[in-house]
Amino acid sequence: MKNMSLVSITDFSREEILHILKLAAKFEANPNQKLLDGKVVGCLFFEPSTRTRLSFETAINRLGGRVIGFSDSSSSSATKGETLKDTIKMVSNYADLIVMRHPLEGSARYAAEQSRVPVINAGDGANQHPTQTLLDLYSIQKTQGKLNDLAIAMVGDLKYGRTVHSLLMAMSHFQPMFYFVAPDELRLPDEYKRFMKKAHIAFHEYRDLNEVINYTDILYMTRVQKERFADPMEYEKVKNAYVLRNEMLSQSRNNLRILHPLPRVNEIHTDVDVNEKAYYFQQAENGVYARMAIIAHILGLA
Amino acid sequence: MNKNKELKVSAIKNGTVIDHIPAQQLFKVISILGLDKIQNQITFGTNLESGQLGHKAIIKVSEKFFEDNEINKIALVAPRAKLNIIRDYEVVEKREVQIPDILVGIVKCVNPKCITNNEEITTRFMVEDKSNVTLKCHYCEKITTSEHFMILK
Ligand SMILES: [Zn+2]
Repeated sequence: MKNMSLVSITDFSREEILHILKLAAKFEANPNQKLLDGKVVGCLFFEPSTRTRLSFETAINRLGGRVIGFSDSSSSSATKGETLKDTIKMVSNYADLIVMRHPLEGSARYAAEQSRVPVINAGDGANQHPTQTLLDLYSIQKTQGKLNDLAIAMVGDLKYGRTVHSLLMAMSHFQPMFYFVAPDELRLPDEYKRFMKKAHIAFHEYRDLNEVINYTDILYMTRVQKERFADPMEYEKVKNAYVLRNEMLSQSRNNLRILHPLPRVNEIHTDVDVNEKAYYFQQAENGVYARMAIIAHILGLA
Repeated sequence: MNKNKELKVSAIKNGTVIDHIPAQQLFKVISILGLDKIQNQITFGTNLESGQLGHKAIIKVSEKFFEDNEINKIALVAPRAKLNIIRDYEVVEKREVQIPDILVGIVKCVNPKCITNNEEITTRFMVEDKSNVTLKCHYCEKITTSEHFMILK
């Protein structure tokens, strides 16, 4: 039971990923299934993330489970100096499952080792956020009708963006063609390029978003943050090059869909929102079904 | 036997001689192996001349025979160390150290935001590349390379 934790997307095989996506579709068709009746889930948010927390709590409530926990560390015993280990030992005596978000990297792997019950990583610093990846995959499959042989463009901060790295690893099971669009400062790290070369996955790198828009099935946008640039002048030079506007989509494929892990700031202009190819709000909704599927799978309930 | 060498570090009856330690790593090797905490008779020499290392150090530990997983911990700081196992003043076995596949509790993770640098946790790394020593943290999944090694003990 303990080893069923979900810490990193690489903990799941291709078959497990496909199983979870199938379950997510079932929960979407019938969202109120009381599989968690009588069960308690500890939601431990050591840093605030309202979006992720509400998505998890909605998933748990739809499954008929109860939630205990806290929504930021100021209301937890961690502020009194309690170690993560002690908090996990205590909560795993009360709950059937732990959902944890923590600002330190590696905290989820450690919590999973200390816990008597499975742990779902809801984000550990800049490291992993596997439930986001599964909802991204679910969104891709739902909009394209398949996962295999798709052209996927990832845009923006490819250096620090953990959602980009995890999605890339997960999609590698499905023979994708990747287009990476980023300013020089935020290009994809070499370790991921080495990984793709080894796995024989085709990829190309660009600086200009317009070069790929008409040739891709998925446009995965991320935020280019000013703080990531050593030289603020460099940010000023590139910031507008990574903003998507509605007019840029006029020649794009009919099946193109635009994804974004949210929250967005200005990297997708609001005039895109009315375009039927904008999918980021439905994508967020898909998160509830994906998380219901992950919880049910991890607890061996479906 | 070379008489000169005999003078520098005296012989032992039974035990282990660890040779070809880079001189500047001697005290790290002592600390990694916990030699500062055991009761055995230990002699060591340092700044001895050595063709390949410049200056080397040598440690002789009486009545001590190391397990592979114990001695391999020093491979990070003394990758060319050689072991001579001594019984009754004779070298009965020669061994070399090898970098293990997993390193537990020796090196500090380079990532300041790693949980192991913020709570009392034994570090754990997968060795991704042995020739160009590259370690992947089991917890935060970040890579620590040789220029950033900080030995914990
Ligand atoms: Zn680490």
